[in-house]
Amino acid sequence: MRIIVNQVAKEVPDQSTIDDVLLLIDAKPPFAVAVNYEFVPKTRHAEEMLREGDEMEVIAPVTGG
Amino acid sequence: MTAPLPNPLNTANPLVLYGETFASRLLLGTSRYPSPQVLENAVKQSNPGMITVSLRRQGTSTTEAHSGFWDLLKKMAVPVLPNTAGCHSPKEVITTAQMAREVFETNWIKLELIGDDYTLQPDTLRLVATAETLIKDGFKVLPYCTEDLILCQRLVDVGCQAVMPWAAPIGTGQGPLNPYALKLLRDRLKVPLLVDAGLGLPSHACTVMEWGFDGVLLNTAVALADDPVAMAKAFAMSVDAGRTAYLSGAMKAQQSAQASTPLVGTPFWHQS
Repeated sequence: MRIIVNQVAKEVPDQSTIDDVLLLIDAKPPFAVAVNYEFVPKTRHAEEMLREGDEMEVIAPVTGG
Repeated sequence: MTAPLPNPLNTANPLVLYGETFASRLLLGTSRYPSPQVLENAVKQSNPGMITVSLRRQGTSTTEAHSGFWDLLKKMAVPVLPNTAGCHSPKEVITTAQMAREVFETNWIKLELIGDDYTLQPDTLRLVATAETLIKDGFKVLPYCTEDLILCQRLVDVGCQAVMPWAAPIGTGQGPLNPYALKLLRDRLKVPLLVDAGLGLPSHACTVMEWGFDGVLLNTAVALADDPVAMAKAFAMSVDAGRTAYLSGAMKAQQSAQASTPLVGTPFWHQS
């Protein structure tokens, strides 16, 4: 199926979880995840399954003012 | 490089926000420094009570350039204040705050809800409800807002235990553009008030501290100085000077001159 990860289209296997996608994109901790603009805590990354067209955001700490 | 001497004033009269005590009344942003080393040295020299941080998509040039930022944060060991910079809707703010809470492991959040991209003026109409939602979700909210008295009062009404009015638009360095409104705010609101955004010079910081503000938050004025480390120190000193002056009680300004040297016994007094 096709999903969007950090605004880039990705082909991932059906029934992929957030953890599966994080592995696929080689996400480096620390990070946090939102799917379709909803925050998903890390305690749910292993069980939360993605669906066709989902938009996943993986964010990391940066400098700020 | 030696650490600045602790100011006895901070020990005797510390900044307290949401029941927590902070080592300094200066809050410092971490953006736009020439290098991580300069940022680290600026933080060492100014000893801020908190440093502000943010979040961006992983894998972008921004995060790649700051891949060592996390290690630096841990090394500096200063309390962090995540912001919701760049958010234009309550939904974006809330999701960003929740993500920040998980990444930085803190309930503190600098609430930024931008209403206008040119001035970076907060969306004052939606700010109060957004602050209330975050507070109900357990956040300690420091809202970046304008100097409007009623807006700030409403933020306090929904549970903000401190408010951060701007001095001028972010990054302009213009200093306090509306002294009347800022002084009025200080007079009317009893919660801690920190001036956030628009400060360009240590004298700006000193001025608002002399007016009785409880702290300042700044970034660009330090980061874009020719010598950010020295400027960070100058701001820290100016914040302390302004606070000391406020607590000291300034003299009343006079319309006419009053000699400071005693006139009694003056030789040749008005003889011509």
